[in-house]
Amino acid sequence: MRLVICYIIGLVFGVGISISGMANPAKVLNFFDVAGIWDPSLIFVMGGAVVVTFIGYRVVLRRPAPLLGQGFQLPTRRDLDLPLIGGSAVFGVGWGIAGFCPGGALPVLGTGRSEVFVFVAALLVGIFAVNTLRRSLAARSATV
Amino acid sequence: METLFTPWQSLGGGALIGVASVLLMATMGRIMGATGILAGLLYPAGWSDWSWRAAVLAGMASGPLAVSLLTGHMPVVQVPVSTPMLIVGGFIVGVGVTFGSGCTSGHGVCGMARLSPRSIAAVITFMITTGLTVYVVRHIIGG
Repeated sequence: MRLVICYIIGLVFGVGISISGMANPAKVLNFFDVAGIWDPSLIFVMGGAVVVTFIGYRVVLRRPAPLLGQGFQLPTRRDLDLPLIGGSAVFGVGWGIAGFCPGGALPVLGTGRSEVFVFVAALLVGIFAVNTLRRSLAARSATV
Repeated sequence: METLFTPWQSLGGGALIGVASVLLMATMGRIMGATGILAGLLYPAGWSDWSWRAAVLAGMASGPLAVSLLTGHMPVVQVPVSTPMLIVGGFIVGVGVTFGSGCTSGHGVCGMARLSPRSIAAVITFMITTGLTVYVVRHIIGG
């Protein structure tokens, strides 16, 4: 039952991404091309998503616990640090080059388009590389 | 490659993204973040943690098919980017979202909706660098 509900939630997200334009790198890149062929559509995606989530979270987070989980797992940190800002800056460079972001790309896997498989494979290598680096640094500092 | 301005579709799609984010919090108590869901699949912390992420991913990937069943055509996907640039961009995105702990869905939607200072800072940062990158690629290198 839990998995069926998660599947349906993923489906709603995937339909949303598909019709919003976030699944289309040409549209994403044009959103940022203010000096060229600007397409402002994506501001409506973020606007719609944030407003619905803002209102929905206010209702949901008033409850003591989620319906199927033990507790709400929310990030609690509020400080700004170098990994957050530097990582986000680096993410933007990659997004500007490829036109896909992770949330935009995952639903596109369902179209079978080869470009998105290439992107997601490279994305996974990037995630893996950073985690491997972190682990080896942690192991080294533990032995010193 | 020009694209049409689609405010209503984009608003509707955005609202559905919001609905999914609210539902995942209401049921699983989790942030709807593509980065977090992918990273959890790559580094499984037990079957119960892995399986819900896999189910969400399977649902996401069924989205385009559902749209084609409803509307009669698959969503438009135009990729004006070469394969080497997709590989370079994908790798850089993977590195960035791992250090930055999130992307457009986790920080951009869920974090912004929670008015998290970290997410707001992350979004402002990546919007600036994405814009600068597109400008450099299209108007300085490509121009």
